[in-house]
Amino acid sequence: MVMDETAKAVLDVINGEEFKEEGAYNVRYNGQALCHGDTEHVKIKKREDGKNGIDVYISGEAKEERLHIPVVVSVSGMTDEVYNDFYVGAGADVTIVAGCGIHNAGCNDSRHDGIHTFHVEKGANVRYEEKHYGEGEGTGERILNPVTKIILEEDAVFTLDTSQIKGVDSTVRKTEVILGKGSKLFVTEKLMTHGEQSAVSNMDVVLKGEDSSAQIISRSVADGKSRQVFHPRAIGENLCHAHIQCDSIIMDHAQVASIPEIDAKHIDAAIIHEAAIGRINNEQLLKLRTFGMTEEEAEAVIIEAFLN
Amino acid sequence: MLKVENLNFQITEDGKTKKIIDDVSFEVADGELLVITGPNGGGKSTLAKLLMGVEKADSGRIFLDGEEITDYDINHRANAGLGFAFQQPPRFKGMTVEKLLSLAAGKQLPTAVCCKLLSNVGLCAKEYINRQVDATLSGGEMKRIEIATAMAKEHKICIYDEPEAGIDLWSFTMLVKQFEKIHKEKKESIIIISHQERIINMADRIMVIKDGKVEKTGQKEEVMQGLFMDNPVCGCMDEESC
Repeated sequence: MVMDETAKAVLDVINGEEFKEEGAYNVRYNGQALCHGDTEHVKIKKREDGKNGIDVYISGEAKEERLHIPVVVSVSGMTDEVYNDFYVGAGADVTIVAGCGIHNAGCNDSRHDGIHTFHVEKGANVRYEEKHYGEGEGTGERILNPVTKIILEEDAVFTLDTSQIKGVDSTVRKTEVILGKGSKLFVTEKLMTHGEQSAVSNMDVVLKGEDSSAQIISRSVADGKSRQVFHPRAIGENLCHAHIQCDSIIMDHAQVASIPEIDAKHIDAAIIHEAAIGRINNEQLLKLRTFGMTEEEAEAVIIEAFLN
Repeated sequence: MLKVENLNFQITEDGKTKKIIDDVSFEVADGELLVITGPNGGGKSTLAKLLMGVEKADSGRIFLDGEEITDYDINHRANAGLGFAFQQPPRFKGMTVEKLLSLAAGKQLPTAVCCKLLSNVGLCAKEYINRQVDATLSGGEMKRIEIATAMAKEHKICIYDEPEAGIDLWSFTMLVKQFEKIHKEKKESIIIISHQERIINMADRIMVIKDGKVEKTGQKEEVMQGLFMDNPVCGCMDEESC
């Protein structure tokens, strides 16, 4: 199977750069593994439990290594479900780029459910970047339902950077994290919805280990008649620190519900949440217009900065 | 040259009409520094906003270098050569100071230029350049960044609304020096709304606005006399009768 030009363009958008078949990578295209590459410290294997997907083994020797695992769906009406498991060795330092893009030119819904599980050993440092994107002139919906499970052992650090900026009609995101002793989690979630799109993000972060910490920052913009629901939940089961911040800009006739939940089950659990929803500040628009921008240009600049 | 003819602006509060700017006319010559002063609530900031197009005048005309800009909206006035520094600048979550300065300049500014702009207003560039223009900055820091944005681009005329407000004495001295430098170069005209004597002392001309009207205008020697002696609220020096 060869990727066509449309799919290649989608791949470049979600990958953030021109994709090259080098280093460690695995490209999934229309429900099949298209190509993959290993490195000395990153080995990718097809799952052997009958489910679609891969097992990725990253050795503790991996330093500043990058792994690309993009997914492109360009067939209208396809439902692609994939299970990817990552085993990150103690002391590894790796960045995993996992974009998913759908091009739907037809009238049937196209859907990708990516279920990713990370087993991160002691002292490993993982940065996981996930960009979701949809396009295509078809009337069929573009649906992305990611599930991300993260288990952090002692002193492991996990940075989860997710963004969904354009073209995804419906998404239900589920994230579950269990933090071990001294481990750290940083989550940055960026989301923009337009038209009739809907997005739900549920996140459970269990701070199980002593001295574990989590910082969750969610920024979203809801335009048109779109709907968003955020439900981040931090559960402190030990001496731990957690901070949840959800900020949303609401425009037009959109609807945003932000429901941060904090649950302390230990006397030394310190957990904070903040949530704010509001329209674009008129003073901000006026200020940028004194720079010579039109109202539309100013609005775009404010949104871009907010989501950055 | 900026020319303002018979500007009027009124608001309606609780069914009553109140004149905020009442038949104001004045001119600012090329390279001139005009300081607008007067009692609080007299209409100075509203006048500044009317000049920039932030508020729309009910009647009157505004000309910039002979071009009528009365019907121009804010961005058209900005593109025609007007600059503006707000008295209370807004914060921008997610935007760095460097990005805001580049947006103000209308082009990507080299980091060194951004640093110079910040140090000109008394901010240590290294500490601020990558900071977000958000609630982590104090009012005084915001104010200085605001002034730096106005100075990031050369305008035909730039309006500063109470630039001294919330600024510490050391930064204020730096700021005064910047105004003096711009004024000396005569590259742009400046309107500063201020109550500060040191700023008033820099002016080529002073215009006193009270109750929405131009009460006095002229060279500083003429207008300064008595400016700090009269009680601007009641015009009375006798505390008992107040």
